[in-house]
Amino acid sequence: MYNFEFAKPATIAEAVEALAGEEAQALGGGQTLLPTMKQRLAAPATLVSLNAIPEMIGVCVNEAGEVCIGGATPHATVAREAQAQYPALAALASHIGDPAVRNRGTIGGSLANNDPSACYPAAALGSGAVIKTNTRDIPADDYFQGMFETALDEGEIITEVRFPVPQKANYQKFVQPASRFALVGVFVAKYADGVRVAVTGASSDGVFRWHEAEAALSADFSKAAIEGLAAPTGAMISDLHGSGDYRAHLVKVMTGRAVAAAS
Amino acid sequence: MPKDHGIGASSKRREDVRFLTGRGRYTDDINLHGQTYVHFLRSDVAHGRLHKVDTSAAEAMPGVVRIFTGKDFEGVGGLPCGWQVTDRHGNPMQEPAHPVLAQGKVRHVGDPIAAVVAETAAQARNAAEAIVLDIEELPAVVDMKKALSADAPKVHDDLTSNLCYDWGFVEENKGAVDEAFARAAHVTTLELVNNRLSPNAMEPRVAVGDYNAGTDDSTLYTTSQNPHVIRLLMGAFVLGIPEHKLRVVAPDVGGGFGSKIFHYAEEAFCTFAAKQIRRPVKWTCSRSEAFITDAHGRDHVTKIELALDAENNFTALRTETYANMGAYLSTFAPSVPTWLHGTLMAGNYKTPLIYVNVKAVFTNTVPVDAYRGAGRPEATYQLERLVDKAARELGVDPVDLRRQNFVTQFPYATPVAVEYDTGDYHATMDKLLEMIDRDGFEARAAKSKADGKLRGLGINCYIEACGIAPSALVGQLGARAGLYESATVRVNATGGIVVMTGSHSHGQGHETSFAQVVADMIGVPEAQVEIVHGDTANTPMGMGTYGSRSIAVGGSAMVRATEKIINKAKKIAAHLLEASDSDIELKDGQFTVAGTDKSVAWGDVTLAAYVPHNYPLTELEPGLEETAFYDPNNFTYPAGAYACEVEIDPDTGKVRICSFAAADDFGNVINPMIVSGQVHGGLAQGIGQALLENVSYDENGQLLSASYMDYAMPRADDVPFYQVDHSCVTPCTHNPLGVKGCGEAGAIGSPPAVVNAVIDALHRGGMTHVAHIDMPLTPARVWSAMQG
Ligand SMILES: Cc1cc2nc3c(=O)[nH]c(=O)nc-3n(C[C@H](O)[C@H](O)[C@H](O)COP(=O)(O)OP(=O)(O)OC[C@H]3O[C@@H](n4cnc5c(N)ncnc54)[C@H](O)[C@@H]3O)c2cc1C
Repeated sequence: MYNFEFAKPATIAEAVEALAGEEAQALGGGQTLLPTMKQRLAAPATLVSLNAIPEMIGVCVNEAGEVCIGGATPHATVAREAQAQYPALAALASHIGDPAVRNRGTIGGSLANNDPSACYPAAALGSGAVIKTNTRDIPADDYFQGMFETALDEGEIITEVRFPVPQKANYQKFVQPASRFALVGVFVAKYADGVRVAVTGASSDGVFRWHEAEAALSADFSKAAIEGLAAPTGAMISDLHGSGDYRAHLVKVMTGRAVAAAS
Repeated sequence: MPKDHGIGASSKRREDVRFLTGRGRYTDDINLHGQTYVHFLRSDVAHGRLHKVDTSAAEAMPGVVRIFTGKDFEGVGGLPCGWQVTDRHGNPMQEPAHPVLAQGKVRHVGDPIAAVVAETAAQARNAAEAIVLDIEELPAVVDMKKALSADAPKVHDDLTSNLCYDWGFVEENKGAVDEAFARAAHVTTLELVNNRLSPNAMEPRVAVGDYNAGTDDSTLYTTSQNPHVIRLLMGAFVLGIPEHKLRVVAPDVGGGFGSKIFHYAEEAFCTFAAKQIRRPVKWTCSRSEAFITDAHGRDHVTKIELALDAENNFTALRTETYANMGAYLSTFAPSVPTWLHGTLMAGNYKTPLIYVNVKAVFTNTVPVDAYRGAGRPEATYQLERLVDKAARELGVDPVDLRRQNFVTQFPYATPVAVEYDTGDYHATMDKLLEMIDRDGFEARAAKSKADGKLRGLGINCYIEACGIAPSALVGQLGARAGLYESATVRVNATGGIVVMTGSHSHGQGHETSFAQVVADMIGVPEAQVEIVHGDTANTPMGMGTYGSRSIAVGGSAMVRATEKIINKAKKIAAHLLEASDSDIELKDGQFTVAGTDKSVAWGDVTLAAYVPHNYPLTELEPGLEETAFYDPNNFTYPAGAYACEVEIDPDTGKVRICSFAAADDFGNVINPMIVSGQVHGGLAQGIGQALLENVSYDENGQLLSASYMDYAMPRADDVPFYQVDHSCVTPCTHNPLGVKGCGEAGAIGSPPAVVNAVIDALHRGGMTHVAHIDMPLTPARVWSAMQG
């Protein structure tokens, strides 16, 4: 790790200001950024910690009934505090990494990073969440732009993520044996106006919606409804943990399981 | 009733007090006055010609003390290989040079090119980034068979090819074996890969070199399983330092699994550089560096064939194996696929004719050497997979087929040069079947089926050769070292006992179990016995710990030294009791004159030895300290039977281990709890190999599994609660404790059990086209095999 300056602002405004500095970078839980810095693959001049900004931490429900999670809220807090309102989201958070990762890693960091195998992107896209930043609201459908790519501008901070609560939802994660990130993860959410199916881990374009499954499930929310569908095609990842064909197959299996388990 | 003391008792591991409370003293805990830090600049290409290493900018960086390159080692020896194998034609293996820092070429990702010594570790690393390299990348060889093709790039330009040796064993039997195959009623053939593993000890390697200019003494603190071996190899072959001027200390070591047997470049570097710059030099390996520098294990590609007669008796066995050596010969690499593998190909069976062919190959990958089991897991895996396949082809019960072919008469001379002194393979199989409720399997399988799962049962045997070994024999086989062990037993005036052993404990619990033996022999509390190991300055020349040899060889040396102590103490007691020493008996720490009530306590005798006022000084020297060296006259042969039950999720290919049972015959057992722990650890490693672990390179020699993100280690929830048993005992016939060793058995016996169980599950599920799946049996591999 190279030397760097460290800032710990107490408000979003101060954080934005600090991030305007030369080669400044936001620090969430550091679960992705710090290992990268230790390997000397990243070398920010200043780290701006978002962990001491009270307005960015916590879980609440707004007037519209949406679950709102502060951008710097650790996974463990989501697992605990979203349990009553959005159990599928809480369950997803409770299976990210290990306790140390969950106590440090944040939802904002995860969404900003947009790792193609990360879990939160599936929940955000699958729920049609809104990613709120210091400057704007970005619908999930516009936010994810390919692996490690997002709609965020330089220095823009995720301050909150708003999840409309579905009637039923479930996340099925089939773990990559070494990292235990998602080899394939599928988030299925049934809303009054239709079903959303978001897939992570499988595609080199990052998280995506499986529209065929959404249509079939919107008509008939049952495992049987997707049985006749071909597994999704597209830029499936092929690597030492599994071929593209295997991942595509898993997408279908995990979607079926998520439907069966949705509550 | 289980014993609560001495041999046979499950005494609590005394070393755990310091390990579990953070009071261990590992090499990285050692910091010397004026210490510097080294960072190695390593090759990031697998194969390249090194045209220039420009250190000028780096030398000017803050904190840099000195930068070393291959040039600095031109007058210095290379890293030696400790075992020479002779090929089928009687020629010595091809043995390339192995410089401490690369000279002329780099041959694997991780090959050290330059070493920056600086005031801090960060400064050393910063300066290393400023070194400018001119490397011409060359095509890499990764695949062994391709490496042997005529037009393959050569890893070592001065060798005739990438073939290290082509070994035939027993070469004279080849013709007879081929004839037996021609006559066979049935032949079963299997091609398989024994996957390459990364050792991943919990404590990464560390070295601290120190030089005392006042006395001209060098000291190396290092994470080693055998400090005396390092002293000999490094002193005599690399740096030219006589042993009395070189001390090697291996303090607490956090796991080795073989990877810390070998003499590594970093050890020689730190010792050498400390003398050059007259300051201590420390290197602490990062986890990323460990993946590209610790010697890997396994990596065999094998074709194996079994011939059977019409009654299903095994009549001959034939194998052809390609064994990856990596880019250089690590210290004992040549011995692993040959003498530690070929000699075990008989397994538990009385197959009369065996021929083993092994081609050892150089590739642009990390060197491969002994890893928990070393050669024996490879032998067991091939054989036990093959026998299972034969049973399936013949439609006979796999247990029956094994039993029918078991060796039952001992001693048994195998056709592959070793003699099993004792064993009872039916007994461990009987015990295993008792443990696993085989009759209940069908009901469990039906239940799994109802849950949409496929259940399978895998059973196999294993035998291994431990307690390596008779020096005279290994010398004939090419070892450039002896393989005895040593112990000095020092009794203090007040009766406390210190044992200085040449064995080294790095997780095995010697400090507890060795003390149990001596305490038992003398009849004093275990707490009165202290075990000292790991420092060449205060232990007799020893060969260290590997090959499950510590209790069988090191323990035997300790028994011999303790016997000498007892004999002398009896003479002192006889003098004090005015009796003849032949009438003296020692029990529970009391010397008595047989048939009388006259006695003297252990402490009185030890005091007399050091305060010899009333003492037979004309016949006996004062003091009570004895040393023994023990050279065994055979290997020991632990054996057993293992069973694994699995459930496969057919939708995903995921394998879950439902149960695992191990029935082992380790001979006599000193501490059953420690033995169970060794088996547990071995099973976890074997299951890791079978289901999860795999070192993977791309065709350019880049390591794909270079961190825990891609190299899957077994975790607690990957393994079941084990059933282990070691109540079947046929004591070793040739060592004083009747012990065989238990450190590697779990890792040797378990991979075939897991794979046999998975194949069994698939066949029961109707997927009879799946004859074999190569390890690791990841969900992806199992699923794709199921698709046909
Ligand atoms: C061992 C391990 C296992 C893991 N397992 C999983 C898993 O199973 N599933 C999974 O989904 N993830 C997993 N992770 C990743 C983990 O969830 C991290 O929390 C996540 O990747 C990054 O979040 P962070 O808060 O640590 O971000 P950081 O590492 O601090 O930052 C990551 C990136 O996001 C930026 N950033 C941080 N916060 C914000 C913000 N509020 N607004 C804008 N940009 C921001 C940073 O500048 C940086 O570029 C694992 C991580 C580890 C170490």
